[in-house]
Amino acid sequence: MNLTLNVWRQKNTQDKGGFKSYQVSDVSADMSFLEMMDVLNEKLEVQGEDPIHFDHDCREGICGMCSMYINGKPHGPQQTTTCQLHMRSFKDGETITIEPWRAAAFPVVKDLVVDRSAFDRIIQSGGYVSVNTGGTPDANEIPIPKKIADEAFESAECIGCGACVAACKNASAMLFVSAKVSQLALLPQGQVERKERAEKMVAQMDAEGFGSCTNTGACEAECPKGISLTNIARLNREYLSAKLTSENV
Amino acid sequence: MKLDSKIPEGPLAEKWTKHKFNQKLVNPANKRKYDIIIVGTGLAGASAAASLAELGYNVKAFCFQDSPRRAHSIAAQGGINAAKNYRNDGDSVYRLFYDTIKGGDYRAREANVYRLAEVSVNIIDQCVAQGVPFAREYGGLLDNRSFGGAQVSRTFYARGQTGQQLLLGAYSALSRQVSTGKVKLYTRSEMLDVVIVDGKARGIVTRNLITGKIESHSAHAVVLASGGYGNVFFLSTNAMGSNVTAAWRAHKKGALFANPCYTQIHPTCIPVSGDHQSKLTLMSESLRNDGRVWVPATKEMAEKLRKGEIKANDIAEADRDYYLERRYPSFGNLVPRDVASRNAKYVCDEGRGVNETGEAVFLDFRDAIKRDSEDVIRARYGNLFDMYQQITGENPYKVPMKIYPAVHYTMGGLWVDYNLMTNVPGLYATGESNFSDHGANRLGASALMQGLADGYFVLPYTIGDYLAGVPATKVETTAPEFQEAEKAVKERINTLLNIKGSKTVDHFHKRLGKIMWDYCGMARTAEGLTKAKAMIKELREEFWKDVKVVGTNEELNMSLEKANRVADFLELGELMVDDALNRNESCGGHFREEYQTPEGEALRDDDNFAYVAAWQYTGDNQPEVLHKEPLAFENVKLTQRSYK
Ligand SMILES: Cc1cc2nc3c(=O)[nH]c(=O)nc-3n(C[C@H](O)[C@H](O)[C@H](O)COP(=O)(O)OP(=O)(O)OC[C@H]3O[C@@H](n4cnc5c(N)ncnc54)[C@H](O)[C@@H]3O)c2cc1C
Ligand code: SF4
Ligand code: FES
Repeated sequence: MNLTLNVWRQKNTQDKGGFKSYQVSDVSADMSFLEMMDVLNEKLEVQGEDPIHFDHDCREGICGMCSMYINGKPHGPQQTTTCQLHMRSFKDGETITIEPWRAAAFPVVKDLVVDRSAFDRIIQSGGYVSVNTGGTPDANEIPIPKKIADEAFESAECIGCGACVAACKNASAMLFVSAKVSQLALLPQGQVERKERAEKMVAQMDAEGFGSCTNTGACEAECPKGISLTNIARLNREYLSAKLTSENV
Repeated sequence: MKLDSKIPEGPLAEKWTKHKFNQKLVNPANKRKYDIIIVGTGLAGASAAASLAELGYNVKAFCFQDSPRRAHSIAAQGGINAAKNYRNDGDSVYRLFYDTIKGGDYRAREANVYRLAEVSVNIIDQCVAQGVPFAREYGGLLDNRSFGGAQVSRTFYARGQTGQQLLLGAYSALSRQVSTGKVKLYTRSEMLDVVIVDGKARGIVTRNLITGKIESHSAHAVVLASGGYGNVFFLSTNAMGSNVTAAWRAHKKGALFANPCYTQIHPTCIPVSGDHQSKLTLMSESLRNDGRVWVPATKEMAEKLRKGEIKANDIAEADRDYYLERRYPSFGNLVPRDVASRNAKYVCDEGRGVNETGEAVFLDFRDAIKRDSEDVIRARYGNLFDMYQQITGENPYKVPMKIYPAVHYTMGGLWVDYNLMTNVPGLYATGESNFSDHGANRLGASALMQGLADGYFVLPYTIGDYLAGVPATKVETTAPEFQEAEKAVKERINTLLNIKGSKTVDHFHKRLGKIMWDYCGMARTAEGLTKAKAMIKELREEFWKDVKVVGTNEELNMSLEKANRVADFLELGELMVDDALNRNESCGGHFREEYQTPEGEALRDDDNFAYVAAWQYTGDNQPEVLHKEPLAFENVKLTQRSYK
């Protein structure tokens, strides 16, 4: 198939940036979206033009690195990561618009590459259990009901891609934060720091400049890992109960 | 040069305990005076960074991705081994040790492997305490499965995302130390050289991938946890950015590179679909627990299949050749990876491949679905089946999967002693970047175990012993050694940018990959390897004359990043070929066609090759010098591996 790509080009964070149009031909349906971009980049490089920069690494839908806003949707038309999107989802002759994530907390670094270090700082603010290496009890000492373990796993599946933020009109990071808070709130290991964690992570989220959550559900609909809105509900409960009994007044 | 593996004296089971006791300790109050650089934030790097910071050292952790959480370890699927014997099925530290030595085709050190098995049990405890949500049974206890060639169920897992969950656990521990200020993170930073001062590793030179700035960092010890080099083949299951650069630059600064030719070809990957292919996707080998591998019994039938005249499901039972079950009745579909891969190659070479390219075999779940129901299979492998369908457009619940072997893991790596230190004092290598524990073939679910064992439980002990003997005084990055290293790095970048040739970096990478796959892949011959050596040399010369790297250094420049990495792969490739040529035997993942049993199995030559081949760099375009570390087997008897 032949396609027209409308791609956001921006030299660096300071640059204003703008769209540029490219023609790609002989695209096979079996190609992944990123492979289609590879082929275009190869062509650009041969012509001496700067290739379109985009983040990617595992190309297996798990590292969370790839991040493109395709035809108005984070990761494109399917509920997958961009690297798992294949060209069979597109039609011959189509025009595809490709942009970076847009959120104040995710500044554009170059072209489609954004800076998501805010997510790391949120985890650093409390997204862990404070145990040192060594001296931990036997792994089977605390049984965890399968249902709870499975639920915690489902929250833990978040890949930190930021599609939830990109999908949200307020650029809220609630889905991301709530997934981590939920995982650890569900497990016995996370109980000791449960309240503090919710408070600290929410505070860091606010400090990073993410917007507030108005429950539109756009995040859940676009999350490639199916992280559910029930996580946000749980975070709200956790946060409220933490605030009600908080020692950090 | 004499290689001293520093294996402690005494009975196997007591070596590590004794060794830990004999280690010098750094006084707790002094630990804060020592800086440690860790290159890599995968399982090996993140676990080490967190553990060392907890002890009180100052850690600087580097990765080239935008976040430590995105290291390639994130992609591991199947599971992690540990000798917990929760199943009461006869597992033990000794059995895990034995299986690993045997699985590695007797080309690993007994002492290292025993220690690995010993600390494996602590890893699971540690991860659970961090909140890693492993799979559990209805009674609330941890679930296990049997994995790739093991006859006991010792593999812990988190659905098909074990690597992700373990890495996020290590990342959370690392993040906690970042918040205390004990770890300083350098993301989107690529190490481009090691700096050696007075014979000791004292720092690194990095490139800030966003600004292009070349920076020096000094420390009292440097740990490389930079992963494996499978991407020398261009197509592999590794993440796109995985590379050999950190290890290779260390090698060129004097660190020996061990067993470079030991590569693991994973039997169950999604086959290549066309020239545009950028990487290969692994289908976890846990699938072999329930899937049956087969090809049509005849070439004629396979041809019809390839032409689309018949479909897999039309082929009658009698016309299917379940070749693994046929050839290996006791292990069947669960034979080790190298055996499964090679057999897939054989049946495809016979013309019985099942896809358009003729390079694929079936992995069929029909019988398992009949036996256990589709729901049970979905619960076990749902995400893998979805991924398969996403990529291929075919529904594996209805038609058999098509799979083919692909490069997956590199057992070779920097030579390290029992303390995980390379022959360069103060320079350590952990995780996939070292050569230490898997011999000539790694068992499934053992890489995650090794990475975490190294980082959580080995390095924190052994690095202290070294640092206790190093004065706390700092080396300034203004020292001439740093300046020289920076200069060399800048010159190389300038050279790459100024060649302004006609072919892209990927063009060269693909050609190198093809040479490696054709001649240094699943089956090797002296003739083919000799040819490959000449071809790589030529390709390397062509690269330095005709590569085109657009853009400048002072910006995010992914072509330049790739060029730096591929330039190193072009050197490594030749060393791999040298090593494969030198090893006149077949063992594990290294299969030399000249050396096989009448049944076509790998034929070792223990009298002449029971050694680690450690190569020393002696200068550009100079032959490397081989050093041999003999392997002594005091506890296991060397036998012909048999999975019949
Ligand atoms: C698809 C797949 C599935 C797998 N499944 C399993 C499994 O089920 N069980 C199992 O045991 N093993 C599995 N493995 C193998 C296992 O995942 C790896 O061997 C292991 O994770 C390697 O960990 P590591 O910490 O050594 O390196 P990596 O995780 O590769 O990390 C390397 C780190 O080094 C950094 N780095 C590299 N070079 C530089 C540089 N020059 N400068 C700065 N930073 C650098 C990277 O940024 C990264 O942080 C799998 C592998 C693959 C490819
Ligand atoms: S919640 Fe979903 S969309 Fe948001 S970062 Fe996690 S995986 Fe991505
Ligand atoms: S590249 Fe890793 S999730 Fe897409």
